[in-house]
Amino acid sequence: MAAPTAANQGHTSSADRPLRATPRSLPFPFSLYQTSVGKKWVMAITGLMLIGFVVVHMIGNLKLYLGVIELDGVSDYDVDHYAHALRELLVPLVPHGVVLWIMRLGLIAGFGLHIHSAYSLSRSNMVANQAYESKRDWLAANFASRSMRYTGVIVLLYLIFHLADLTWGRADWFEHGEVQSNVVNSLSNPLVALIYILANIAVAIHIYHGMYSMFQSLGINNPSYNWLRQGAARSLAIIILIGNISFPLAVLANIIEFDPSLITAGY
Amino acid sequence: MSKQLNLTLSIWRQENAASRGRFETYQAKGIPDDASFLEMLDIVNEGLISEGELPIEFPHDCREGICGTCGVMIDGRAHGPELGTATCQLHMRKYNDGDTIVIEPWRATAFPVIRDLVVDRSPLDAIIQAGGYISAPTGTAPDANEIAVPKEVADSAMDAAACIGCGACVAACPNSAAQLFTSAKLWHLNSLPQGQPERFKRAEAMVETMEQFFGSCTNHGECTEACPKEIPQDFIAYLNRDFVKSKRVNRTMASRS
Repeated sequence: MAAPTAANQGHTSSADRPLRATPRSLPFPFSLYQTSVGKKWVMAITGLMLIGFVVVHMIGNLKLYLGVIELDGVSDYDVDHYAHALRELLVPLVPHGVVLWIMRLGLIAGFGLHIHSAYSLSRSNMVANQAYESKRDWLAANFASRSMRYTGVIVLLYLIFHLADLTWGRADWFEHGEVQSNVVNSLSNPLVALIYILANIAVAIHIYHGMYSMFQSLGINNPSYNWLRQGAARSLAIIILIGNISFPLAVLANIIEFDPSLITAGY
Repeated sequence: MSKQLNLTLSIWRQENAASRGRFETYQAKGIPDDASFLEMLDIVNEGLISEGELPIEFPHDCREGICGTCGVMIDGRAHGPELGTATCQLHMRKYNDGDTIVIEPWRATAFPVIRDLVVDRSPLDAIIQAGGYISAPTGTAPDANEIAVPKEVADSAMDAAACIGCGACVAACPNSAAQLFTSAKLWHLNSLPQGQPERFKRAEAMVETMEQFFGSCTNHGECTEACPKEIPQDFIAYLNRDFVKSKRVNRTMASRS
């Protein structure tokens, strides 16, 4: 064999050097999660679940605007009635709080799979990609699509902060189950309100590209409605953005208030 | 009488896959604005050869936009500033006198540089090979119009078949995903009646081969903008649909063999 020359030195076909080996196939449907396309399906479906949660959560929070109402002889803030009802779902068919915990476990599993698939896909994309040395000119990619990894991490950090703030209780004023009072106490601090506003901008940006991307990943594509997909994603993101940032702003503007004298001790 | 352009070129030079590359600056003087982009590089190369230097290696073959051989990153865009145009169909009349043009090879881990602007795109061939051919014995070739194909299906398959396999979609993708290429090749066969017997075998094999070499789709849409044939994103959605279905269908098929 001829000695390698500068021209052919070490050159074999790139097709002989796969970047990753195909793992031994697991049984269906787990075999899907071993592939990138399958992971994108999982990401899209869990993303849709999480969007559903965000929308329902926001609608629930809108009760903050309704003030005090009387229900079953208990005079309390409407949002507190709502929080109480969530724990009492399907009671007495199931014990107190069980339905809420089933929904929480579903969300935790959804979050786990969403984050794991994102992490795993990002890793393989980084292996497959090599950066250009000259400046790229982006034509179709937008800020939302290019910042998914970063907005995703912001949303996760915000989620942890939000749980510590209003579920576990991070300060003295926290009282378990007293939603209106906790929300007002937390968000009347302008710095905390700012965190909520900025984080919800990241949530909306993430949902905008996520929602659009979901259609493609799940193969929801037909010329009869394709023109609606971008608009649907944009409208959803804007609705969620306006709804969610209205709460810290309303607390700062004293539109959402807490007055202990208006409620009777109930739950 | 055509205009003449004087240009400054910043071109990636690299000996081979193992060596480090760098940008070199060249002055391209007196380029006629009727020249194509590749003819402009030919003129620069003639100058280099006459000075005893090695010419710039760049990929090219048919020079009429149908073979898929040419393709470089021009000022940060795959195939340059004109949409729906391969590098060979880009003409110098789109440039102004005094412009600076930066030319870089396609970048992806699966596309190592062979020399200068030429990259090894053989993983794209591996994807095509994984798709195989219609191996179900169907006798002699049928008469041309014996199998009725709805017009819409024929049009869609033809749009997919327009892919020339240049690799611009991979080059433009921030994840170096080959989804647009693979989905075009897949949909070309999977949409037609002739492609149905092995539809899901093909979907699974092509996607899994693609995933050995390339990243995954995050729906930026850069590929369609870069594509000289303007292959739409829709085929990627069809690929996603067929692939997931293939996992189920092929499992059922396996139980019958």
